[in-house]
Amino acid sequence: MSLVGHQPPPIFKRGPAPLARLFVFVAVCLALLVADLRFRYLEVMRNALSVVTYPLQMAASTPADVVRNAARYFGTLIDVQLENAELRRHQLGAGERLLRFEHLEQENAHLRELLQMSQRVQTRSIAADILYNAPDPFARKVILDRGAQQGVEAGLAVVDAHGVIGQVTRVHPIQSEVTLLTDRNQSIPVSVVRNGVRGVLYGVGRGMLEMRHVLADVDIQPGDQLVTSGLDGVFVPGLPVATVTRVDRDADAFARIECEPLAAIERSVQVLVVGRAAYPPPPPPPATEEGR
Amino acid sequence: MQPTNRSSRILLPVKLWFVYLSLFVALGLEYIPTGRTPGLPDWVALVLAFWCVREPLRIGLGAGFAFGLLMDVGLGAAMGQHALAYVVLAHLANSLARRVLWFPAWQQALHVLPLLLFAQVLMVAVRLLAGAEFPGWSYFLSSFSSALLWTPLSLLLLLPQYQPVERDDNRPI
Repeated sequence: MSLVGHQPPPIFKRGPAPLARLFVFVAVCLALLVADLRFRYLEVMRNALSVVTYPLQMAASTPADVVRNAARYFGTLIDVQLENAELRRHQLGAGERLLRFEHLEQENAHLRELLQMSQRVQTRSIAADILYNAPDPFARKVILDRGAQQGVEAGLAVVDAHGVIGQVTRVHPIQSEVTLLTDRNQSIPVSVVRNGVRGVLYGVGRGMLEMRHVLADVDIQPGDQLVTSGLDGVFVPGLPVATVTRVDRDADAFARIECEPLAAIERSVQVLVVGRAAYPPPPPPPATEEGR
Repeated sequence: MQPTNRSSRILLPVKLWFVYLSLFVALGLEYIPTGRTPGLPDWVALVLAFWCVREPLRIGLGAGFAFGLLMDVGLGAAMGQHALAYVVLAHLANSLARRVLWFPAWQQALHVLPLLLFAQVLMVAVRLLAGAEFPGWSYFLSSFSSALLWTPLSLLLLLPQYQPVERDDNRPI
Protein backbone atom coordinates (compact mmCIF):
# COMPACT_ATOMS: atom_id res chain seq x y z
CA MET A 1 0.00 0.00 0.00
CA SER A 2 1.42 3.39 -0.84
CA LEU A 3 0.89 6.51 1.19
CA VAL A 4 -0.15 8.50 -1.87
CA GLY A 5 -3.10 6.17 -2.14
CA HIS A 6 -2.46 4.51 -5.50
CA GLN A 7 -2.77 0.74 -5.50
CA PRO A 8 -0.66 -0.85 -8.23
CA PRO A 9 -2.91 -2.06 -11.05
CA PRO A 10 -3.46 -5.82 -10.92
CA ILE A 11 -1.77 -6.48 -14.27
CA PHE A 12 1.59 -6.33 -12.48
CA LYS A 13 2.36 -9.49 -10.57
CA ARG A 14 3.54 -8.52 -7.08
CA GLY A 15 2.84 -11.57 -4.95
CA PRO A 16 0.95 -11.22 -1.68
CA ALA A 17 -0.10 -7.76 -0.54
CA PRO A 18 2.73 -5.81 1.13
CA LEU A 19 0.81 -5.51 4.37
CA ALA A 20 0.23 -9.27 4.52
CA ARG A 21 3.92 -9.88 3.92
CA LEU A 22 4.80 -7.38 6.62
CA PHE A 23 2.63 -9.25 9.12
CA VAL A 24 4.22 -12.57 8.19
CA PHE A 25 7.74 -11.21 8.63
CA VAL A 26 6.91 -9.43 11.88
CA ALA A 27 5.35 -12.62 13.24
CA VAL A 28 8.51 -14.57 12.33
CA CYS A 29 10.70 -11.93 14.01
CA LEU A 30 8.61 -11.98 17.18
CA ALA A 31 8.77 -15.78 17.26
CA LEU A 32 12.57 -15.59 16.90
CA LEU A 33 12.80 -13.01 19.69
CA VAL A 34 10.74 -15.08 22.10
CA ALA A 35 12.64 -18.25 21.22
CA ASP A 36 15.97 -16.50 21.77
CA LEU A 37 15.34 -14.25 24.76
CA ARG A 38 13.00 -16.50 26.70
CA PHE A 39 14.12 -20.02 25.86
CA ARG A 40 17.65 -19.67 24.33
CA TYR A 41 16.76 -22.09 21.54
CA LEU A 42 18.60 -20.35 18.74
CA GLU A 43 22.30 -20.93 19.49
CA VAL A 44 22.44 -23.50 16.66
CA MET A 45 20.97 -21.00 14.19
CA ARG A 46 23.36 -18.33 15.47
CA ASN A 47 26.34 -20.61 14.91
CA ALA A 48 25.14 -21.50 11.42
CA LEU A 49 24.70 -17.85 10.44
CA SER A 50 28.04 -16.89 11.95
CA VAL A 51 29.66 -18.88 9.13
CA VAL A 52 28.54 -15.98 6.91
CA THR A 53 29.35 -13.17 9.32
CA TYR A 54 32.64 -14.45 10.72
CA PRO A 55 34.92 -13.67 7.72
CA LEU A 56 33.32 -10.25 7.45
CA GLN A 57 33.86 -9.64 11.16
CA MET A 58 37.48 -10.70 10.96
CA ALA A 59 38.03 -8.35 8.02
CA ALA A 60 36.27 -5.51 9.82
CA SER A 61 38.27 -5.89 13.02
CA THR A 62 41.60 -5.57 11.16
CA PRO A 63 41.68 -1.73 11.27
CA ALA A 64 41.00 -1.79 15.01
CA ASP A 65 43.80 -4.34 15.48
CA VAL A 66 46.19 -2.14 13.52
CA VAL A 67 45.32 0.89 15.63
CA ARG A 68 45.77 -1.06 18.87
CA ASN A 69 49.08 -2.56 17.81
CA ALA A 70 50.34 0.82 16.63
CA ALA A 71 49.40 2.38 19.96
CA ARG A 72 51.29 -0.37 21.76
CA TYR A 73 54.27 0.02 19.43
CA PHE A 74 54.57 3.78 19.88
CA GLY A 75 54.02 3.73 23.65
CA THR A 76 56.95 5.63 25.10
CA LEU A 77 59.92 3.88 26.62
CA ILE A 78 59.50 5.73 29.91
CA ASP A 79 55.96 4.46 30.32
CA VAL A 80 57.14 0.93 29.74
CA GLN A 81 60.03 1.30 32.21
CA LEU A 82 57.76 2.70 34.89
CA GLU A 83 55.28 -0.09 34.33
CA ASN A 84 58.09 -2.61 34.43
CA ALA A 85 59.35 -1.34 37.78
CA GLU A 86 55.81 -1.40 39.14
CA LEU A 87 55.31 -4.96 37.93
CA ARG A 88 58.60 -6.09 39.50
CA ARG A 89 57.49 -4.73 42.86
CA HIS A 90 54.16 -6.49 42.50
CA GLN A 91 55.84 -9.71 41.53
CA LEU A 92 58.09 -9.70 44.60
CA GLY A 93 55.07 -9.35 46.85
CA ALA A 94 53.09 -11.92 44.92
CA GLY A 95 56.00 -14.38 44.85
CA GLU A 96 56.42 -14.22 48.58
CA ARG A 97 52.70 -14.82 49.10
CA LEU A 98 52.78 -17.64 46.56
CA LEU A 99 55.51 -19.42 48.52
CA ARG A 100 53.35 -19.35 51.63
CA PHE A 101 50.31 -20.33 49.58
CA GLU A 102 51.99 -23.42 48.20
CA HIS A 103 53.04 -24.44 51.66
CA LEU A 104 49.49 -23.92 52.95
CA GLU A 105 47.98 -25.78 50.03
CA GLN A 106 50.15 -28.80 50.75
CA GLU A 107 49.29 -28.60 54.39
CA ASN A 108 45.59 -28.29 53.54
CA ALA A 109 45.69 -31.29 51.21
CA HIS A 110 47.47 -33.29 53.91
CA LEU A 111 44.93 -32.34 56.59
CA ARG A 112 42.03 -33.12 54.28
CA GLU A 113 43.58 -36.50 53.61
CA LEU A 114 43.85 -37.13 57.33
CA LEU A 115 40.19 -36.19 57.80
CA GLN A 116 39.23 -38.21 54.71
CA MET A 117 37.42 -35.23 53.18
CA SER A 118 37.13 -34.82 49.44
CA GLN A 119 39.82 -32.70 47.83
CA ARG A 120 39.26 -29.04 47.11
CA VAL A 121 38.17 -28.11 43.63
CA GLN A 122 41.03 -28.22 41.13
CA THR A 123 41.15 -25.16 38.87
CA ARG A 124 42.60 -24.30 35.52
CA SER A 125 43.06 -20.83 34.10
CA ILE A 126 43.70 -19.10 30.79
CA ALA A 127 45.17 -15.59 30.56
CA ALA A 128 43.32 -13.29 28.15
CA ASP A 129 43.07 -9.67 27.06
CA ILE A 130 39.83 -7.74 26.76
CA LEU A 131 39.66 -6.52 23.17
CA TYR A 132 36.67 -4.19 23.25
CA ASN A 133 33.14 -3.70 24.51
CA ALA A 134 30.58 -5.82 22.70
CA PRO A 135 28.66 -3.69 20.19
CA ASP A 136 25.22 -4.48 21.63
CA PRO A 137 24.37 -1.29 23.59
CA PHE A 138 21.70 -2.98 25.69
CA ALA A 139 23.99 -5.38 27.52
CA ARG A 140 27.23 -5.00 29.41
CA LYS A 141 29.48 -7.43 27.61
CA VAL A 142 33.10 -7.49 26.51
CA ILE A 143 35.01 -9.51 23.93
CA LEU A 144 38.10 -11.54 24.93
CA ASP A 145 40.95 -12.47 22.61
CA ARG A 146 40.80 -16.16 23.58
CA GLY A 147 38.24 -18.60 22.26
CA ALA A 148 37.34 -22.25 21.86
CA GLN A 149 40.72 -23.02 20.28
CA GLN A 150 42.47 -21.96 23.51
CA GLY A 151 40.07 -23.99 25.64
CA VAL A 152 37.61 -21.29 26.74
CA GLU A 153 34.15 -22.70 27.45
CA ALA A 154 30.83 -21.04 28.11
CA GLY A 155 30.17 -20.71 31.83
CA LEU A 156 33.74 -20.10 33.03
CA ALA A 157 34.38 -17.24 35.45
CA VAL A 158 36.50 -14.27 34.35
CA VAL A 159 38.59 -12.53 37.03
CA ASP A 160 41.01 -9.61 37.12
CA ALA A 161 43.63 -8.92 39.80
CA HIS A 162 41.01 -8.01 42.42
CA GLY A 163 38.00 -10.23 41.81
CA VAL A 164 35.39 -11.66 39.49
CA ILE A 165 34.34 -9.43 36.60
CA GLY A 166 31.94 -11.73 34.75
CA GLN A 167 31.17 -15.01 33.08
CA VAL A 168 31.87 -16.34 29.59
CA THR A 169 28.48 -16.56 27.87
CA ARG A 170 29.31 -17.27 24.24
CA VAL A 171 32.40 -18.79 22.66
CA HIS A 172 33.65 -18.21 19.14
CA PRO A 173 36.66 -20.01 17.62
CA ILE A 174 39.27 -17.38 18.58
CA GLN A 175 37.22 -14.92 20.62
CA SER A 176 34.68 -15.17 23.39
CA GLU A 177 31.99 -12.97 24.85
CA VAL A 178 31.92 -12.20 28.57
CA THR A 179 28.80 -10.90 30.33
CA LEU A 180 29.91 -8.54 33.09
CA LEU A 181 28.48 -8.89 36.60
CA THR A 182 26.84 -5.46 36.27
CA ASP A 183 24.63 -6.65 33.40
CA ARG A 184 20.99 -6.81 34.42
CA ASN A 185 20.63 -10.42 33.28
CA GLN A 186 23.72 -11.71 35.08
CA SER A 187 23.78 -13.36 38.49
CA ILE A 188 26.39 -15.13 40.59
CA PRO A 189 25.96 -17.23 43.75
CA VAL A 190 28.02 -15.84 46.63
CA SER A 191 28.61 -16.35 50.32
CA VAL A 192 29.76 -13.97 53.04
CA VAL A 193 33.35 -14.62 54.12
CA ARG A 194 32.71 -13.76 57.78
CA ASN A 195 29.89 -16.23 58.49
CA GLY A 196 29.12 -18.17 55.30
CA VAL A 197 25.65 -16.69 54.70
CA ARG A 198 24.66 -17.59 51.13
CA GLY A 199 22.83 -15.53 48.55
CA VAL A 200 22.75 -14.65 44.90
CA LEU A 201 24.26 -11.44 43.54
CA TYR A 202 22.48 -9.71 40.63
CA GLY A 203 23.58 -6.86 38.41
CA VAL A 204 21.28 -3.84 38.57
CA GLY A 205 22.97 -1.66 35.95
CA ARG A 206 24.83 1.58 36.76
CA GLY A 207 27.83 -0.48 37.89
CA MET A 208 26.18 -1.67 41.12
CA LEU A 209 25.23 -5.13 42.39
CA GLU A 210 22.45 -6.32 44.65
CA MET A 211 22.32 -9.44 46.82
CA ARG A 212 18.87 -10.99 46.83
CA HIS A 213 17.09 -13.87 48.56
CA VAL A 214 18.56 -13.03 51.98
CA LEU A 215 16.09 -12.82 54.86
CA ALA A 216 15.90 -9.50 56.71
CA ASP A 217 17.09 -10.86 60.06
CA VAL A 218 20.23 -12.53 58.70
CA ASP A 219 23.53 -11.26 60.11
CA ILE A 220 25.07 -9.21 57.33
CA GLN A 221 26.62 -5.75 57.63
CA PRO A 222 28.20 -3.11 55.44
CA GLY A 223 31.83 -3.95 54.82
CA ASP A 224 31.31 -7.71 54.59
CA GLN A 225 33.30 -9.44 51.85
CA LEU A 226 31.45 -11.66 49.38
CA VAL A 227 33.13 -14.57 47.59
CA THR A 228 31.76 -17.07 45.08
CA SER A 229 30.14 -19.98 46.89
CA GLY A 230 30.62 -22.49 44.07
CA LEU A 231 27.24 -24.04 44.84
CA ASP A 232 26.20 -23.66 41.20
CA GLY A 233 28.79 -26.23 40.19
CA VAL A 234 30.12 -23.80 37.58
CA PHE A 235 32.10 -21.11 39.37
CA VAL A 236 35.21 -21.93 41.35
CA PRO A 237 34.44 -21.33 45.06
CA GLY A 238 36.31 -18.64 46.98
CA LEU A 239 36.87 -16.02 44.29
CA PRO A 240 36.38 -12.52 45.75
CA VAL A 241 33.42 -10.72 44.20
CA ALA A 242 32.15 -7.68 46.09
CA THR A 243 31.82 -5.77 49.36
CA VAL A 244 28.50 -4.95 50.98
CA THR A 245 27.96 -1.18 51.02
CA ARG A 246 24.42 -0.75 52.37
CA VAL A 247 21.88 -2.99 54.07
CA ASP A 248 18.23 -1.95 54.19
CA ARG A 249 16.10 -4.21 56.41
CA ASP A 250 12.88 -2.19 56.42
CA ALA A 251 11.86 -2.98 52.89
CA ASP A 252 10.33 -6.43 53.04
CA ALA A 253 10.71 -9.94 54.36
CA PHE A 254 13.99 -9.85 52.46
CA ALA A 255 16.80 -7.41 53.08
CA ARG A 256 17.89 -5.03 50.33
CA ILE A 257 21.64 -5.42 50.18
CA GLU A 258 23.63 -3.17 47.87
CA CYS A 259 27.14 -4.22 46.99
CA GLU A 260 30.08 -2.75 45.19
CA PRO A 261 32.23 -4.98 42.98
CA LEU A 262 35.84 -5.47 44.07
CA ALA A 263 37.17 -5.85 40.55
CA ALA A 264 37.52 -2.93 38.15
CA ILE A 265 34.66 -4.42 36.13
CA GLU A 266 34.35 -1.78 33.46
CA ARG A 267 38.04 -0.88 33.32
CA SER A 268 40.24 -3.98 33.55
CA VAL A 269 42.18 -5.07 30.49
CA GLN A 270 44.14 -8.19 31.47
CA VAL A 271 41.99 -10.98 32.86
CA LEU A 272 42.12 -14.67 33.72
CA VAL A 273 39.47 -17.14 32.63
CA VAL A 274 39.08 -19.53 35.56
CA GLY A 275 37.22 -22.81 35.54
CA ARG A 276 37.03 -26.13 37.28
CA ALA A 277 39.37 -28.81 36.00
CA ALA A 278 36.49 -31.30 36.34
CA TYR A 279 32.80 -30.68 36.79
CA PRO A 280 31.09 -32.11 39.87
CA PRO A 281 28.76 -35.09 39.42
CA PRO A 282 25.19 -34.13 38.52
CA PRO A 283 22.84 -33.60 41.47
CA PRO A 284 20.72 -36.60 42.49
CA PRO A 285 17.22 -36.79 40.97
CA PRO A 286 14.52 -34.90 42.90
CA ALA A 287 12.70 -38.13 43.88
CA THR A 288 15.37 -38.87 46.51
CA GLU A 289 14.96 -35.40 47.97
CA GLU A 290 11.25 -35.93 48.53
CA GLY A 291 12.02 -39.02 50.57
CA ARG A 292 13.72 -36.98 53.26
CA MET B 1 0.06 19.71 -14.08
CA GLN B 2 2.40 17.45 -12.20
CA PRO B 3 5.63 18.85 -10.73
CA THR B 4 8.79 17.53 -12.32
CA ASN B 5 10.62 14.78 -10.55
CA ARG B 6 13.87 16.72 -10.47
CA SER B 7 15.60 14.46 -8.00
CA SER B 8 15.75 11.56 -10.44
CA ARG B 9 17.35 12.22 -13.74
CA ILE B 10 17.11 9.34 -16.16
CA LEU B 11 19.43 6.64 -14.88
CA LEU B 12 20.67 3.27 -16.03
CA PRO B 13 18.84 0.35 -14.43
CA VAL B 14 20.44 -0.71 -11.18
CA LYS B 15 22.40 -3.93 -11.05
CA LEU B 16 21.15 -6.26 -8.35
CA TRP B 17 24.65 -7.45 -7.48
CA PHE B 18 25.65 -3.86 -6.74
CA VAL B 19 22.72 -3.49 -4.33
CA TYR B 20 23.75 -6.57 -2.40
CA LEU B 21 27.41 -5.62 -2.52
CA SER B 22 26.61 -2.23 -0.98
CA LEU B 23 24.53 -3.92 1.72
CA PHE B 24 27.39 -6.29 2.56
CA VAL B 25 29.87 -3.41 2.65
CA ALA B 26 27.51 -1.64 5.07
CA LEU B 27 27.40 -4.82 7.16
CA GLY B 28 31.21 -4.85 7.22
CA LEU B 29 31.29 -1.21 8.36
CA GLU B 30 28.86 -2.12 11.13
CA TYR B 31 31.14 -4.92 12.32
CA ILE B 32 34.10 -2.61 12.90
CA PRO B 33 34.59 -2.84 16.66
CA THR B 34 34.04 0.69 17.98
CA GLY B 35 32.95 -0.20 21.48
CA ARG B 36 30.07 1.90 22.70
CA THR B 37 30.73 5.17 20.89
CA PRO B 38 27.34 6.88 20.59
CA GLY B 39 26.17 8.55 17.41
CA LEU B 40 27.78 6.22 14.89
CA PRO B 41 25.46 5.83 11.89
CA ASP B 42 23.57 2.60 11.36
CA TRP B 43 25.02 1.84 7.93
CA VAL B 44 22.86 -1.16 7.14
CA ALA B 45 19.61 0.63 8.03
CA LEU B 46 20.66 3.60 5.91
CA VAL B 47 21.66 1.62 2.83
CA LEU B 48 18.62 -0.60 3.20
CA ALA B 49 16.30 2.41 3.41
CA PHE B 50 18.02 3.90 0.38
CA TRP B 51 17.46 0.87 -1.82
CA CYS B 52 13.93 0.37 -0.50
CA VAL B 53 13.15 3.92 -1.62
CA ARG B 54 14.97 3.58 -4.95
CA GLU B 55 13.93 0.05 -5.90
CA PRO B 56 10.69 -0.70 -4.05
CA LEU B 57 9.84 -3.56 -6.41
CA ARG B 58 13.09 -5.44 -5.90
CA ILE B 59 14.40 -4.64 -2.43
CA GLY B 60 12.01 -4.92 0.46
CA LEU B 61 11.03 -6.98 3.45
CA GLY B 62 13.06 -10.07 2.49
CA ALA B 63 16.34 -8.17 2.32
CA GLY B 64 15.48 -6.34 5.55
CA PHE B 65 14.86 -9.62 7.33
CA ALA B 66 18.01 -11.32 6.03
CA PHE B 67 20.36 -8.44 6.82
CA GLY B 68 18.64 -7.87 10.16
CA LEU B 69 19.45 -11.46 11.13
CA LEU B 70 23.06 -11.04 10.01
CA MET B 71 23.28 -7.91 12.17
CA ASP B 72 21.86 -9.77 15.16
CA VAL B 73 24.39 -12.56 14.80
CA GLY B 74 27.35 -10.28 14.17
CA LEU B 75 26.62 -7.83 16.96
CA GLY B 76 25.56 -10.46 19.49
CA ALA B 77 22.15 -8.83 19.88
CA ALA B 78 18.93 -10.70 20.55
CA MET B 79 17.98 -12.87 17.59
CA GLY B 80 15.27 -11.03 15.61
CA GLN B 81 15.85 -7.60 17.16
CA HIS B 82 17.41 -5.93 14.11
CA ALA B 83 15.38 -8.17 11.81
CA LEU B 84 12.12 -6.82 13.24
CA ALA B 85 13.28 -3.21 13.05
CA TYR B 86 14.59 -3.57 9.50
CA VAL B 87 11.47 -5.37 8.24
CA VAL B 88 9.30 -2.52 9.49
CA LEU B 89 11.80 0.03 8.14
CA ALA B 90 11.80 -1.65 4.72
CA HIS B 91 8.02 -1.70 4.60
CA LEU B 92 7.70 1.98 5.50
CA ALA B 93 10.46 2.98 3.08
CA ASN B 94 8.82 0.93 0.31
CA SER B 95 5.49 2.60 0.87
CA LEU B 96 7.08 6.07 0.94
CA ALA B 97 9.06 5.37 -2.21
CA ARG B 98 6.77 7.07 -4.72
CA ARG B 99 6.51 10.19 -2.62
CA VAL B 100 10.06 10.68 -1.39
CA LEU B 101 11.79 10.80 -4.77
CA TRP B 102 9.97 14.00 -5.73
CA PHE B 103 11.94 15.94 -3.16
CA PRO B 104 15.54 17.17 -3.23
CA ALA B 105 18.04 15.05 -1.30
CA TRP B 106 18.04 16.91 2.02
CA GLN B 107 14.25 16.75 2.19
CA GLN B 108 14.45 13.05 1.39
CA ALA B 109 16.70 12.77 4.43
CA LEU B 110 14.00 14.47 6.50
CA HIS B 111 11.53 11.85 5.27
CA VAL B 112 13.86 8.99 6.19
CA LEU B 113 14.84 10.28 9.63
CA PRO B 114 11.51 9.38 11.33
CA LEU B 115 11.68 5.90 9.79
CA LEU B 116 15.18 5.32 11.20
CA LEU B 117 14.09 6.67 14.58
CA PHE B 118 11.05 4.41 14.59
CA ALA B 119 13.26 1.39 13.85
CA GLN B 120 15.45 2.31 16.82
CA VAL B 121 12.45 2.82 19.08
CA LEU B 122 11.26 -0.67 18.13
CA MET B 123 14.64 -2.16 19.09
CA VAL B 124 14.68 -0.33 22.42
CA ALA B 125 11.11 -1.45 23.16
CA VAL B 126 11.94 -5.07 22.40
CA ARG B 127 15.05 -5.11 24.57
CA LEU B 128 13.46 -3.21 27.47
CA LEU B 129 10.58 -5.71 27.45
CA ALA B 130 13.19 -8.46 27.69
CA GLY B 131 14.65 -6.83 30.81
CA ALA B 132 17.70 -5.06 29.43
CA GLU B 133 19.11 -1.76 30.64
CA PHE B 134 18.12 1.50 28.87
CA PRO B 135 21.17 2.51 26.81
CA GLY B 136 20.67 6.26 27.30
CA TRP B 137 19.28 8.93 25.00
CA SER B 138 22.53 9.19 23.07
CA TYR B 139 21.55 5.87 21.50
CA PHE B 140 19.13 7.75 19.23
CA LEU B 141 21.90 10.04 17.91
CA SER B 142 22.72 7.28 15.46
CA SER B 143 19.55 8.00 13.44
CA PHE B 144 20.46 11.66 13.09
CA SER B 145 24.00 10.96 11.91
CA SER B 146 22.59 8.41 9.46
CA ALA B 147 20.14 10.98 8.08
CA LEU B 148 23.00 13.47 7.66
CA LEU B 149 24.77 10.91 5.48
CA TRP B 150 21.75 10.44 3.19
CA THR B 151 22.84 13.04 0.60
CA PRO B 152 26.46 11.94 0.12
CA LEU B 153 25.39 8.33 0.21
CA SER B 154 22.77 8.74 -2.53
CA LEU B 155 25.40 10.34 -4.76
CA LEU B 156 27.80 7.51 -4.06
CA LEU B 157 25.33 4.67 -4.52
CA LEU B 158 23.87 6.13 -7.73
CA LEU B 159 27.29 6.70 -9.27
CA PRO B 160 27.34 3.46 -11.28
CA GLN B 161 23.97 4.36 -12.79
CA TYR B 162 25.03 7.80 -14.00
CA GLN B 163 27.42 6.43 -16.60
CA PRO B 164 26.06 5.24 -19.95
CA VAL B 165 27.19 1.78 -21.01
CA GLU B 166 28.85 2.97 -24.20
CA ARG B 167 29.85 6.57 -24.80
CA ASP B 168 27.86 8.30 -27.53
CA ASP B 169 28.32 12.06 -27.93
CA ASN B 170 25.13 12.44 -29.95
CA ARG B 171 22.92 10.96 -27.27
CA PRO B 172 20.93 13.52 -25.26
CA ILE B 173 21.39 11.91 -21.80
